[in-house]
Amino acid sequence: MTLDNPSTFDFDEPSTFDLGEANVVEAGTAPGAKRSAKAGVAGSVLPPLAVGLFIVGVWYFISLVVLDPKRQFLLQPPHEVWNVGFADWKNFSTMLEGMWSSTKVAFWGLLIAILLGFLLAIVMSQAKVVERAIFPYAVVLQAIPILAIVPLIGFWFGYGFSSRVLVCVIIALFPIVVNTLFGLLSADQGMHDLFTLHKAHRITRLRRLMFPAALPAVFAGLRISAGLSVIGAIVGDFFFGQGEVGIGQLLKRYANRLEGEQLFASVILSSALGVSVFLFFGWLSGKLIGKWAGESRGR
Amino acid sequence: MSQCPLSFRNVSMTFPDGTRALSDVTLDVAKGEFVTIVGPSGCGKSTLLKIASGLLEATSGEISVDRDRIGYVFQDATLLPWRTVRRNVELLAELHGFTKEERTKLAEEAIGLVGLRGFEHHFPRSLSGGMRMRASLARTLTLKPPVFLFDEPFGAVDEITRERLNEETLRLFEQERFAGLFITHSISEAVYLSSTVHVMSTRPGRLVASFEVPFGYPRRPELRFDARFAELCGQVSLALRGAHS
Repeated sequence: MTLDNPSTFDFDEPSTFDLGEANVVEAGTAPGAKRSAKAGVAGSVLPPLAVGLFIVGVWYFISLVVLDPKRQFLLQPPHEVWNVGFADWKNFSTMLEGMWSSTKVAFWGLLIAILLGFLLAIVMSQAKVVERAIFPYAVVLQAIPILAIVPLIGFWFGYGFSSRVLVCVIIALFPIVVNTLFGLLSADQGMHDLFTLHKAHRITRLRRLMFPAALPAVFAGLRISAGLSVIGAIVGDFFFGQGEVGIGQLLKRYANRLEGEQLFASVILSSALGVSVFLFFGWLSGKLIGKWAGESRGR
Repeated sequence: MSQCPLSFRNVSMTFPDGTRALSDVTLDVAKGEFVTIVGPSGCGKSTLLKIASGLLEATSGEISVDRDRIGYVFQDATLLPWRTVRRNVELLAELHGFTKEERTKLAEEAIGLVGLRGFEHHFPRSLSGGMRMRASLARTLTLKPPVFLFDEPFGAVDEITRERLNEETLRLFEQERFAGLFITHSISEAVYLSSTVHVMSTRPGRLVASFEVPFGYPRRPELRFDARFAELCGQVSLALRGAHS
């Protein structure tokens, strides 16, 4: 082999190439991200704000213009809801207590659903036959109309705290099982081969490969289930009246007494709870896996 | 034959669905030898590596290799996205139970060898394809394997990066002198890297031609523009066409 003109292809000077790649990395992340963040604040706050104002406007319009004053109790205007539902501490504190009770139910329901869901998903991820055996029942559980089994749950477990939690678990379990299982099985074959080549133990594979690979899907499932557990807590409370009064009981009471302002205020409060658990898991997911898992899909 | 760190004797492979992937492959890779197999896609080249590494079991034939000490570079970088470059490079040492100090030392060495210093704390998604591949190479290097299997590792990167990575692979080979078995469908890559080039036919894969590459190591990139290099590429190409029909 002869080298006629070595200077043109000097292999010992890798720096220009390396710099080139380094620049690509920098350009790909920093300046672009800054620009989009700035545009993002205006872009992500203004449109929903505009829609919000529009809804309040329509609300006023219906309440003050469309409805006959005698029938205004059907939809009180927003400021009445504010004055009676939120600004009146006596009413508001009752609702806050109800919210607190329902939050506890949702919390325990979600926690149990998470533990049970993870356990089921892990067991199913270990052998196809186990997955085939269990999965249909998870689907059945999901398909049961919760209202249909509420009386049964009442018969069996009473009308108190544990029954409400059980309703939460039944509602919140499925998305956790499905997403966690999907996540555990999502690691690509090449990575599995790598672990096989180096004779990794089953537990090692689970801990070092399958768990971390599952996290993005797990968080997607958690965000769905967290919202569902709040719904479960309210539904459970609505039907099981024993013990602490939760937001479901309050909703029922306000509806029976035609207390529209409080009814509206409780609806707003309970959706705020649902939204905040959703946001919390979004935040947590960004915190834990945002660095490597790419753009977070929700907001 | 037993001298060679990697040797295949009459290896055939038929998948359970009846697909015949390999037929009667006999091949030796000596220490300090870089052997490349070129062949059309789907000819069973990768199957051969999977058999060598034990990921697949051959239907018949004999393979002799120390499976505990194989370096396997995959088609994709297969980096764990949740680990930084450094932690990815440490992975194999971790699986083999090295202590933290040993792991750190091995990883730092390997990262230096592939020229990724300064990127230790980057996550894979912020790296270019070429850099990911280098991280993957570094990961394999940490265990200092005497046998290196390359499964079309540079197929997914652009031509310029590919030539760069070829040069770095050569540099690693010249330094470590492992027994290398490289799979590719790029003829110039094959000739540029190897001491021996084998041509494989379409399924079932058979070795239909072999070429000794007359250039010694170390090699420089200018070699690609040498007339004898072009001529050899032409011969390999011709054999490959024959293998195709």
